[in-house]
Amino acid sequence: MSAVGPSYSEQPRRARCLRWTAYAITAVVSLIASFAQSLGAPQRVSPLAVSEVAPGVFVHIGAIALMNRENEGAIANVGFVVGSNSVAVIDTGGSVQEGRELLAAIRLRTSKPISYVINTHMHPDHVFGNAAFANMGAVFIGHKNLPNSLTTHGRYYLANFQDLLGRALMADVKIIAPTQTVDGSLDVDLGDRRLTLQAWPTAHSDNDLTVLDHRSGTLFAGDLLFVRHVPVIDGSLKGWLRVLDELARVPAQRVVPGHGPPVTQWPQSLADERRYFECLAADLRTAIRRGIQMTTAVKTACAVEREHWELFDAYNGRNATAAFAELEWE
Amino acid sequence: MRTSLRMLCIVAVAAMAGATSTAVAQDAAAAADPWPDLAQSIFKDHALLDGSGVIAIEMPYRAEDAAIVPLTFRSTLPADDPRQLRAVTLVIDQNPSPVAAVFTFGPKAGVSAISTRVRVDSYTNVHAVAELSDGKLYMVKTFVKAAGGCSAPAAKDGGEAQANLGEMRLRQFAPPATAGAPREAQLMIRHPNNSGLQMDQVSHLYVPAFYIDDLKVWQGDDLVFAMEGGISIAENPSIRFTYTPNGATSFRARAADIDKHVFKGEWPAMGM
Repeated sequence: MSAVGPSYSEQPRRARCLRWTAYAITAVVSLIASFAQSLGAPQRVSPLAVSEVAPGVFVHIGAIALMNRENEGAIANVGFVVGSNSVAVIDTGGSVQEGRELLAAIRLRTSKPISYVINTHMHPDHVFGNAAFANMGAVFIGHKNLPNSLTTHGRYYLANFQDLLGRALMADVKIIAPTQTVDGSLDVDLGDRRLTLQAWPTAHSDNDLTVLDHRSGTLFAGDLLFVRHVPVIDGSLKGWLRVLDELARVPAQRVVPGHGPPVTQWPQSLADERRYFECLAADLRTAIRRGIQMTTAVKTACAVEREHWELFDAYNGRNATAAFAELEWE
Repeated sequence: MRTSLRMLCIVAVAAMAGATSTAVAQDAAAAADPWPDLAQSIFKDHALLDGSGVIAIEMPYRAEDAAIVPLTFRSTLPADDPRQLRAVTLVIDQNPSPVAAVFTFGPKAGVSAISTRVRVDSYTNVHAVAELSDGKLYMVKTFVKAAGGCSAPAAKDGGEAQANLGEMRLRQFAPPATAGAPREAQLMIRHPNNSGLQMDQVSHLYVPAFYIDDLKVWQGDDLVFAMEGGISIAENPSIRFTYTPNGATSFRARAADIDKHVFKGEWPAMGM
């Protein structure tokens, strides 16, 4: 026998067989992996960085930025809640890549099945990751208006982001509508862990849904709350002001906004949004009363708010346009 | 000369419905300029003369909101020019239904400017073609960068316009301080103005188009303007117009949508 161990012919047949089987499996797996890569499947998926804001409640805070290739569309806050039996995902991110990274973050911490994928509303930064959670038995759930909104908006989102995110990130994105919807409120149980899903009248969008984790008193407000990031009105200014009054009454210990850091001063943290909306309403009502045309009015509306918000110039004109068209009817 | 807008719209919608992939608006922008073919099919062999000194079109270079893009056209004819605006056709070249609207004007109405709001699907030229009382066509154009990202040329509130379907307002603006400046009013109507180019996520059927196709406003018995509209007009169509008061005591409006709903309104005319 040689000093380094038995030679090939000296090894027991079973060991040889096992070794060749291992080689074969490795070869097949590599072939599959490289084939999958050539199809545009993601490169290595590193788990999304998440913080445990309360026991069993995890949140990834998105970049305060516009969706682009570099940030993989990861500009919204996404998260998950772990119960005794299952996990609920709350929004899936701005690309399937981000969705996969979120799934990896979940699997680092629990192997429990994902029972629900909850979309707080239809915007791409919150739903483009949905495909990462398809075919695993999770129920996609959202506001009763979410399916219609995905129908009317989805094709534009898929087209608009081809250039912004690039073909590689967009290749796997699919519009996945909820199979269960919420009208009013609905409780789901993750196993000793009750979540209340609440559908709201038109505010940020016409399909806003919040999620309250009763155990920790954590409210996922979706885009009903923006912190630091200028609020984006894609629904109704007046509707949102009314919703803020009711949202303030939700007994939350901490609130995860759709964009920006979680807050614990509740409901005081709504004050900035309220101030911005009241500013828009006042400026635009004045312009409308004076017969000023929309194009002129939106250029100067609420310039005083610019210093309080990030991405102000990206969205204020759009907010003012939507609000002007709405307020004209008064 | 004025096209059958409905025919063009039906053809356009059918073509879109037949497309197998979700319509990629950006790909359309990358394709060849559609204007020569559009001009031919809309205006046939009529010459399109340079519209400078006749008509101007104003739109933001970069749209803030793809669903609500302001558009104004105004006559730039000199005050002593005997010719009048008879009709204006608005074409948003890259939209699935490019002919956004055809406006015709009452001969005594004095309409010199119209402002409305349109949907813009992708980066596009917008053409305004005016027909004057001399029977000739005059053309101007502008370029609009569509708002992209999460701004979609779709309704913000799927149920709201439906709930108040056909509600109308006529805003009458106070006589302007500047002598000789025209009087203005604005007709607004609640309607989702759906394009019908969406596939329902659950049924995979195409959601039918539902939009205002005919709108007329009168001062007393005199027509102020008529609009043949399509799916490129924004939800809750809004038309702000200049006019010459004719002493009539009321304004009337009548709108019809493609499902043959008819909506009417009447308002006392604001004093001279």
